[in-house]
Amino acid sequence: MADVTSAPPARRDTPALENPIAALLTPEGTLTAEGERVAGVSDATLRDLYRLMVITRRLDQEGLNLQRQGELGLWGPTLGHEAAQVGGALAMRETDWIFPYYRDFGMAIVRGIDPGQILTVFKGLRHGAWDPHQYRFGPFVIPVGTQVPHAVGFAMGCKLDHEQTAVLTCFGEGATSTGDWHEAMNFAGVFKAPVVFLCQNNQWAISVPMSEQVAGRIVDRAAGYGLPGVRVDGADALAIYAVTQMAADHARRGDGPYLIEAFSYRLGPHTTSDDPTRYRTEADVMPWRAHDPIARAADQLRKRGAWDDAFERACQSEADERAARMRQTLIAATPDHPSTVFDLVYANPPQTLIAERDAFVAELAPETPQEGR
Amino acid sequence: MATATTTTTVTMGKALNLALHDSLRDDSRVLIFGEDVGKLGGVFRVTDGLQDEFGAERVFNTPLAEATIAGTALGLAVKGFHPVAEMQFDAFSYPSFQQVTSNIAKYHTRTGGACPMSLVIRIPYGGNIGAIEQHSESPETYYAHTAGLKVVTPSNPADAYGLLRAAIADPDPVIFLEPKARYWMKQEVTLPAPPESIAKARIARTGTDATVIAYGPMVSVALAAAETAASEGVALEVLDLRSLSPIDWETVYASARKTKRVVVTHEAPVFLGLGGEIAARLMHDLFDTLVAPVERVGAPTTPYPPSRYEKLFLPDADRLLEAVDRTREY
Repeated sequence: MADVTSAPPARRDTPALENPIAALLTPEGTLTAEGERVAGVSDATLRDLYRLMVITRRLDQEGLNLQRQGELGLWGPTLGHEAAQVGGALAMRETDWIFPYYRDFGMAIVRGIDPGQILTVFKGLRHGAWDPHQYRFGPFVIPVGTQVPHAVGFAMGCKLDHEQTAVLTCFGEGATSTGDWHEAMNFAGVFKAPVVFLCQNNQWAISVPMSEQVAGRIVDRAAGYGLPGVRVDGADALAIYAVTQMAADHARRGDGPYLIEAFSYRLGPHTTSDDPTRYRTEADVMPWRAHDPIARAADQLRKRGAWDDAFERACQSEADERAARMRQTLIAATPDHPSTVFDLVYANPPQTLIAERDAFVAELAPETPQEGR
Repeated sequence: MATATTTTTVTMGKALNLALHDSLRDDSRVLIFGEDVGKLGGVFRVTDGLQDEFGAERVFNTPLAEATIAGTALGLAVKGFHPVAEMQFDAFSYPSFQQVTSNIAKYHTRTGGACPMSLVIRIPYGGNIGAIEQHSESPETYYAHTAGLKVVTPSNPADAYGLLRAAIADPDPVIFLEPKARYWMKQEVTLPAPPESIAKARIARTGTDATVIAYGPMVSVALAAAETAASEGVALEVLDLRSLSPIDWETVYASARKTKRVVVTHEAPVFLGLGGEIAARLMHDLFDTLVAPVERVGAPTTPYPPSRYEKLFLPDADRLLEAVDRTREY
């Protein structure tokens, strides 16, 4: 006779997540002395981080200027994001992929994409300005959080192809409210996809502050999806670089996804269409201005004895020169022929669309003799 | 080397299963995933046996999250795979709507043509199976209205095989709508069938007195109506669209020129349904040829009704014949 009193099988709880990376950080999210030793970031790399942050800030300022001068329809400043974007992107290997969000201008610069070309998107000339395969860098995706499943799918593919590739994807704290983000985190956990989630928590989703956006801590959500996570000081490029590199190694080793929350502050408006004076005061912003990624990296270089004024001057002049080039490229950029809009819809366009294009072009012909091409 | 062909009688569900099987066999980049597509073989068994044969790396269950089923399909397509994702039911495809319309449909454009979206999203659709809410909808217009997608739907087992293979081979994203009430429809098919063009309509029955334009589940209804009409001395032509985006206008116009009378039918609501586009085009381009206004037969502007009422709401042969009669009053 069956023993009806026997207990159901014991629950199998997931073992506690190992998270050696977190142990290398202070509670404030900077590297401990041991962390610095383990990460082993060279002076040369720290100087690269500094240089690329100076360039990012200068080009970002130029983007803002160009918008104010009527050359761009819109600009979304990256001010305050330099450490997360430069640190995160530089930590990835050239063979790794990045699926950015729309503010990842600094990451695109690190990947070598011509910033003047990037700006053509904000000039309204095209919806995307680079070949993702060439730079291993996905397009800027506007619908918030929807690029995260793309990164997970790509990472699942890397695993299926038995490649030693890691995938980085970025988003703000606002994205962590979307269903796509939660679904993608769960997929990544279930499929052990080699993906690093880098949240650039700038504490503002347009006008909505973090307190009205996020219950609990974003970093703690990782555990709910069976993956480790860590919160890093978003102004510390060195720490972000080191942690991203370790997280990417973790993913490449087959240990699955990892969540990094870079805690920072959006010093500028959401975009040039935004008016932050309606929802925050200078007193709110002031303390964060001192929390400056570039000043922090300069300090770190000084402490290492790897700083000199000539280096700083060289960074500034390179940044100025690149800003001038970016401006020239943007201003010289002309629209493609309007028929391009038709040509890019499908890889194998149906006859019906080709006929629509031809009718459209015929109608335009008298009015567009020289423009574009 | 000549490929041996065999002729067998299969259901549409089995024909789809064979198309998936042969695509997996012939192209190592094809992947199949969705809810319950693994051991269970899908709730309609369309993926039956595929995981056993091709392994859990290529045929796998996903968490219950349609947006990310679509979103990961995009990522896998960028990686060079040909994903075939399954949405379990029509109305359950809606959580994926943003990924499909804002990303999958636009990624080719956004990347300047560098990232074609060679993927298929299979969606069982339509009613007439006595189901509860959300299991009987006809969402084709949502998808057909979005540039960048191709939308096809078979009406019989042979087309199901050919169209699905062509959809998987196509370089663009294809929404593949499976008329779930016809999964059990049987037909003799010769396999492997030659690849179909995914953008060609088909004359399912030739006639001279009026054309009934149908697709998916309505084709067999239209053929039954044509049978009845024939017994009354009226020769109906039945045109199976097969592709809802793009529409094969050449075949549509040729039939309309021949019969001069057209009825368009679908299970979806008449209001802003595909029939509206077809009627408008015919009215505009064949104004002097048609002898009667184009009739539309579809659902009223209500949610899909509780299943006890569905037969009253679904277009049937009688409604089609009444519409044909109206066109013949001119």
